[in-house]
Amino acid sequence: MEVFFQQLINGVSLGSLYALIAIGYTMVYGVLRLINFAHGDIMMVSTYIAFFSLTGFSLFGFIVPQMPWYVSFPISIVLTGVLGFLMERFAYRPLRNAPRISVLMTAIGVSFFLENLGLVVFGGRPKGFPTPGLFAEIFYVKDVALSSLSLWIPLITLIFLGATFFLVYRTKSGIAMRAISRDIETPQLMGIDVNRIISLTFIVGSSLAAVGGILLAMRYPQINPLMGIMPGIKAFTAAVLGGIGNVVGAALGGLTLGLIEIFFVALFPDFAGYRDAIAFIILIFILLFRPNGIMGEKLPD
Amino acid sequence: MVVKRERDRESSSGLQPRIERARDGTPTILVLFRTCKFVLIGGLVIAMKRENLVKITATFLSLLALLGFLKWTNSYASPYIVQILNLTAIYIILSTSYNLVNGVTGQFSLGPNAFMAIGAYASALLTMTPAEKEITFIIEPIISPLDKIALTFLPSLLIAGVVTALFAFLISFPVFRVRGDYLAIVTLGFGEIVRVFATNATSITNGSLGLKGIKQLTSLWWSWSWAIFTVFCLVGLVQSSYGRAMKAIREDETAAQAMGINTFRYKMLAFVISAFFQGIGGGLLAHLLTTIDPKLFTFLFTFNLLIIIVAGGLGSMTGSVIGAVIFAWGFEFLRWFEEPHQIGGVFIPEIPGMRMVIFSLLLILIMLFFRRGITGRWEFSWDWVFNKLGKKIRVTN
Repeated sequence: MEVFFQQLINGVSLGSLYALIAIGYTMVYGVLRLINFAHGDIMMVSTYIAFFSLTGFSLFGFIVPQMPWYVSFPISIVLTGVLGFLMERFAYRPLRNAPRISVLMTAIGVSFFLENLGLVVFGGRPKGFPTPGLFAEIFYVKDVALSSLSLWIPLITLIFLGATFFLVYRTKSGIAMRAISRDIETPQLMGIDVNRIISLTFIVGSSLAAVGGILLAMRYPQINPLMGIMPGIKAFTAAVLGGIGNVVGAALGGLTLGLIEIFFVALFPDFAGYRDAIAFIILIFILLFRPNGIMGEKLPD
Repeated sequence: MVVKRERDRESSSGLQPRIERARDGTPTILVLFRTCKFVLIGGLVIAMKRENLVKITATFLSLLALLGFLKWTNSYASPYIVQILNLTAIYIILSTSYNLVNGVTGQFSLGPNAFMAIGAYASALLTMTPAEKEITFIIEPIISPLDKIALTFLPSLLIAGVVTALFAFLISFPVFRVRGDYLAIVTLGFGEIVRVFATNATSITNGSLGLKGIKQLTSLWWSWSWAIFTVFCLVGLVQSSYGRAMKAIREDETAAQAMGINTFRYKMLAFVISAFFQGIGGGLLAHLLTTIDPKLFTFLFTFNLLIIIVAGGLGSMTGSVIGAVIFAWGFEFLRWFEEPHQIGGVFIPEIPGMRMVIFSLLLILIMLFFRRGITGRWEFSWDWVFNKLGKKIRVTN
């Protein structure tokens, strides 16, 4: 029972991370019909920004001091949002009217660009992420050891999810976003600045990825330039699982995927090496048998 | 017409024993040349037109020139150059066959790394001797039938190709139920599943340690005769009615279906043929590098092939060949960026990994400004050459 409880907490916290990253995928897919391959790598960049602002660094004689987490994490989230904006502006916007496959290829290019630039700039050796003390405490509930992080993660996720839902379902920009995801031309005729909304989508998606990335870096406290690939693909699976284009679905899909993955490893420890394949097998099965996902919006061809 | 077909059949049945002979050590390229001679003689009778005769002779002569060049490099050039030439041939095999699915049929697959991995592992496991396998598999012994088998190079390559094609056949049922970017992500998923399997199925693949001490059987003859064979097969396929059906699917799948094309069948055919050659390419690569491990066959490999076919011109076999040649050599020249330099008074330290940054930037720039690639959909043909030459002669006169 204790083990079950512990795995449940683990699954929920992992699932929350996937949910945060999946929302970025699903929002971008909603407005542009584009699988943003670079999303996981955007997340990677956010962890490095957080890392460098936490530890401080010097560059060309400028010395940036160490910052407390409540300064450095917001910096990372904002800068990652800016990165998302720049990526859309310079890599995706020029291709707005190009075939979708071209945009997809560009996205793959951006993804590899970020990874390899990361390898050149940050170096390939993994860096230990200095988890702030607040998130590293361990306490016991009836013999079950819990790190405070595994409670912080769902809490923080809930806060950001709430904010995102508010944005998408209660604000004018959110209405415009949903209108664009139905049809990109009509909103344009109705006076909506489509480019502004798409930029906003990328900023919000990337910022959420930054939140997810920072939490991921604290949960598995090691960061490297290729760390974004796997969580990125898994989060995409989560988005498809929930019904791509649907924000609530992405959150549910992320949670489901996290729980499945943790319980698979817990139940079949011999097959733990195959855990990375689970997401893909699930993905393939969903696309075959229920391509609309849990929340069931119609899948465009 | 009837006579023509009759002759065709005759010449093709006459080839059979010659191809067989390659197993007992005759370099395939020689076999191929005998084949060419045969086709030429057949062609002489068939081609009443002078044009065809000229074209066949031109093809024959250019192949002969290539053979001469390879023979020269094989005896005089440094091992480094030979290695790059081998890689060039393997890239040609991989990119032209990848282009068949992505460019000609228009199905955006991201799974060739899986096919290569299967081909590489299958052929390597078949050529390694039982004693070598015993030494290599230190974690878990290899499973039963594989521990006794040791074949020569050609049969193991062919088996590797067939196994890969079989895998492609099996996954084509789920893969082609989706389209567009979903197809991309499903093939990517299969690629990752194969990699995860290769890392974990220790009793077949030796896990993350990979296979070491594979014999270096790939030579210039092997790699280039396969490259030539692949290009001839694929060009022939693209020019046939099958190829036209595939192009129709690329242009408009619904319209193709309405015209009575069984779209699933043609997509699957392209996928399976492409997988066969990718399996063979993987096998050649394994026997060139002599060590393989799951990390070699990550998505990065697919990415490189994608750059090749996109830069060359998606859908053009000529473009894929040009792209492969430029990539194989360009990748070596770009090492310059990773070495330390003294430019003017500025010292630039070595930057490992810079090549891939440049390559990924290149892909983005090509997609943004140069989407047609080098050739667009243009294909090389002798007609084009003769036209150009004819014009030039007229101009000089």
